Amino acid sequence: MYPRKFSYYAPSSLREVVNLLRQHKDEAKVLAGGQSLIPMMKLRIISPSIVIDLKNLRSSLAYVKDSGRMIRIGALTTHAEVELSEALRSAVPLLPETARWIGDMQVRNLGTIGGSVAHSDPAADWPVALLALDASIVVQGSGRRVIPIRRFLKGPFTTALKPYEVITEIVVPKPRPGHGWSWQKFERKAGDFATVNVAAVVVPGKKGSVQSASIAVGAVSPTPYRADRAERMLRGKAPTRDLVEKAAEAAAEPAQPVSDLRGSAEYKKWLARVLVRRALEEALSRAGLTLEVATVA
Amino acid sequence: MPRRPSPRAAPSPSPVQITLKVNGAQYTHSVEPRLLLVHYLRNILGLTGTHVGCDTSHCGACTVLIRGPGEATWRAVKSCTMLAAQADGMEVLTIEGLAKNGELHPLQRAFWENHGLQCGFCTPGMIMAALGLLVRNPSPTREEIKWGISGNLCRCTGYINIIKSIEQAAKEMKEKSITL
Repeated sequence: MYPRKFSYYAPSSLREVVNLLRQHKDEAKVLAGGQSLIPMMKLRIISPSIVIDLKNLRSSLAYVKDSGRMIRIGALTTHAEVELSEALRSAVPLLPETARWIGDMQVRNLGTIGGSVAHSDPAADWPVALLALDASIVVQGSGRRVIPIRRFLKGPFTTALKPYEVITEIVVPKPRPGHGWSWQKFERKAGDFATVNVAAVVVPGKKGSVQSASIAVGAVSPTPYRADRAERMLRGKAPTRDLVEKAAEAAAEPAQPVSDLRGSAEYKKWLARVLVRRALEEALSRAGLTLEVATVA
Repeated sequence: MPRRPSPRAAPSPSPVQITLKVNGAQYTHSVEPRLLLVHYLRNILGLTGTHVGCDTSHCGACTVLIRGPGEATWRAVKSCTMLAAQADGMEVLTIEGLAKNGELHPLQRAFWENHGLQCGFCTPGMIMAALGLLVRNPSPTREEIKWGISGNLCRCTGYINIIKSIEQAAKEMKEKSITL
């Protein structure tokens, strides 16, 4: 399979990228790692007449930096580089774990975090993890904009990016040391997109209580969502099995999945609830919060 | 009957000049922007050891190693999901580049000795993926090997002998300090 013909540019500065985008607007597509764009072009789902390859910006846009309260990840950082980052493993372990489950080794070696966020597949993994972490997306167009991920994700394959803007960086506020976290991805076969994916972060409070919890649910609605009601149910409480179960139910409530080859809508909604429960159990336990053992009747 | 527009009617975009090293030899070619790396290797360089299986980045038969300028380690990628233009300035290693002075690479010999193949179609990709894993993790556990080759499909062997082959090669490469 070949993509349709296109003109190829590999500019060496961000300014040139933005200028090319201004000139060609919707005719142009930005190529990062190509692990979503190239398959779509080969299948001729999209056929841009201009491809702007960012490969010459890798030296300036592939990095993981710890700037104290924030982790900054360059848009061209590959999934594999996030997966193998020692700095992230200790500061925000949710990120390398999310990376580990994306595609397969070869896909992770080319695919980038910025590319995945810009593509914004409703079943993708990065948007879910970044939503749970309250990350922001830094974009460059006529100026620089910092967009909280909640406002960045607009719909399936739709983001707040303007046609002449390009993602340069992902900024992740570092969760407090001692926080608990969990990544739950249910996939039909190795390397597949998620049937449902869930990220949870729990910050422990005083005397065995939850100070705050954040839960993001993916692949079951037009964009991943935060389970706000479930988060409020947990805040300030000492967690119990019953509370976790109720929170999981509340978290799955907004899900509006569609039936497809990965399962029926009913199944996916139930799976969302199960994965949120597992995510909370794991995150609470990693935060050092114990649940009473459930009694089996 | 209305005439279908000829695909040749569209103006051809300018070709891209690429210079890259494949298995140690340097090449410069002018290529169509849409040419995929796998087709460049097979059709232009005649290196047909890299196979096209599914052509949709699922099967891994097209796996090769690449190394960009200034990059310390090689990485395994699927050459059916990469443009030849993206490989400009890079080094590429294919299955043809593994044997040295007529002697098989430990991975190639291990696949042979452990019956790690039947039809052999997936083998070049399987070996390059295994090498991509070993350059990063020279002593993988059985689980890590399975995880490492999860992007490669084999329809003959049931994978058991492939895993055995990679285990044997990893051991030998470690003993003989072979890093690639």
